[in-house]
Amino acid sequence: MTNVEELVKQQAEIHGHKRESLMPILQAVIRSERFLSEEAMVAIAKELDISTADVYGTASFYTFMDTKPKGKNIIRVCKTITCHMKGKDAVIGALEDLLKIKLGDNTSDGKFSLLQANCLGWCHKGPVMLINDEVYPEVTPQSAVEVIQEYLKQK
Amino acid sequence: MENKIKKVDLIFEKVDYLEVLERSFKRTQDEIILDVIDSGLRGRGGAGFPTGLKWKFAKNEEADQKYVICNADEGEPGTFKDREILTQVPEKVLGGMALCGKATGASEGYIYLRGEYNFLLPSLYAAIDKFHAQMKELNFDFTIRIKSGSGAYVCGEETALMESMEGKRGEPRNKPPFPTTSGYLGKPTSINNVETLVFALMIAKEGPNQFKDMGTFDSRGSKVFSVSGDTPKAGIYELELGMSLEDFVNEFGDGDTKAVQIGGASGFCVARKHFKETVIGFEGIPTGGSMMLFNSTRSMYNILNDYLEFFEEESCGQCTPCRVGCQQLLKGIEAVKKGIKPPSYLDELQKLSETMKIASKCGLGQSAPNPFNSIINNFREEIIY
Repeated sequence: MTNVEELVKQQAEIHGHKRESLMPILQAVIRSERFLSEEAMVAIAKELDISTADVYGTASFYTFMDTKPKGKNIIRVCKTITCHMKGKDAVIGALEDLLKIKLGDNTSDGKFSLLQANCLGWCHKGPVMLINDEVYPEVTPQSAVEVIQEYLKQK
Repeated sequence: MENKIKKVDLIFEKVDYLEVLERSFKRTQDEIILDVIDSGLRGRGGAGFPTGLKWKFAKNEEADQKYVICNADEGEPGTFKDREILTQVPEKVLGGMALCGKATGASEGYIYLRGEYNFLLPSLYAAIDKFHAQMKELNFDFTIRIKSGSGAYVCGEETALMESMEGKRGEPRNKPPFPTTSGYLGKPTSINNVETLVFALMIAKEGPNQFKDMGTFDSRGSKVFSVSGDTPKAGIYELELGMSLEDFVNEFGDGDTKAVQIGGASGFCVARKHFKETVIGFEGIPTGGSMMLFNSTRSMYNILNDYLEFFEEESCGQCTPCRVGCQQLLKGIEAVKKGIKPPSYLDELQKLSETMKIASKCGLGQSAPNPFNSIINNFREEIIY
């Protein structure tokens, strides 16, 4: 049994084998792997006794459930109007320069993905970015770069 | 200048919620519901359905299992009050859920928390553990669990939210049946916004009159506003409903406010010339709390473009008017801006937006035309040139 299959099995034990268990299991795999591989989706389908197409159909509906490989740390910069007005483009530009990737890409070492997201719910403190589940409100191009440099040091 | 904005402190006020619950558990279901109906409380998520009636419908259903859901899928651009409520007074939200459980006869509650707020999970779980112990002491059988979202705006729509909770794509259901008849797992479910639940608790604490005496005939009570954009006072404010937009702008504007988007991306854009006659409330322009201010340095084209991109991405794609309509409105204004289409094409798009309003299945497609029409009608020249 591979690691992902092991994880799926373990999560199904926790959340149950019912259809309602699908989201929490998908979310657990995302938390650990950052994306849903074909292998993971097949394993989930098996555990819940539903078709893999159904698993993929559900996962592909949700923005936070990627089915393509993602970096270990997913950076999401809010792109909605107030963050736009407060300078999210400059923040993204600075991160692109630092990580040497374009928006939407993964770094070659697999450490980061740089994405945009719709409203993250911090409009009074924009621009805001989310790294995995951590929130960084009121970032500047400089402070955003400093945050990423901390991540580079730690992980 | 006379200050006509009335600040209120009901939502964030620390209260002895256990005392309120203990007292409420001794009352009958009808007594609790009657107070909520009498207060005039309407849903604070944006749609504004009378909360007491919703509870009554759920209570009147016969079922072996009923559910209470707290809708914390706060995805409307410009809204961030629910996050703050869940951060500062989670126990009042849980208390509101237990009150709703008592009133409707439900023993299980769920919080559907948007994935963007996952950082709240540890503190919420801690609050829930404490709450469960307290409910045990009060001998009240009610358990609360959390379900997380995964980045889909449309899941804020109540039936899409339930689909998502059931492990499916978050596509809105046909209504009727309404959730109070057939909701989560087909059982009677009362689903309420975070803020609504806290107000219900405060109404149980103070009685209906305190709430009823505030606001206007159509918009009773107060409301938590999320203020953002070109304002020196961005943040969260609980204000009495029924104020004019002019008063609001006098308080929160930067002296150069050209337009205010009321109710988030799916709301209405009001231009300066209409500030005076615009009432913030159900009799005027209702809002889930989002108030975005724009000053004269902002391009209304960019703002509209931003909103339409949002809807184009967030439309679930299930029904054609919304799926295709959102795309065409976005493509359309881009084409007019570039001169590929003549200005009169905007009239065609406005006809399309009427179709979207009539034919879309849920609130997303029905309200995406709101910013479109209100911005085109007020700032047509900015869209064209």
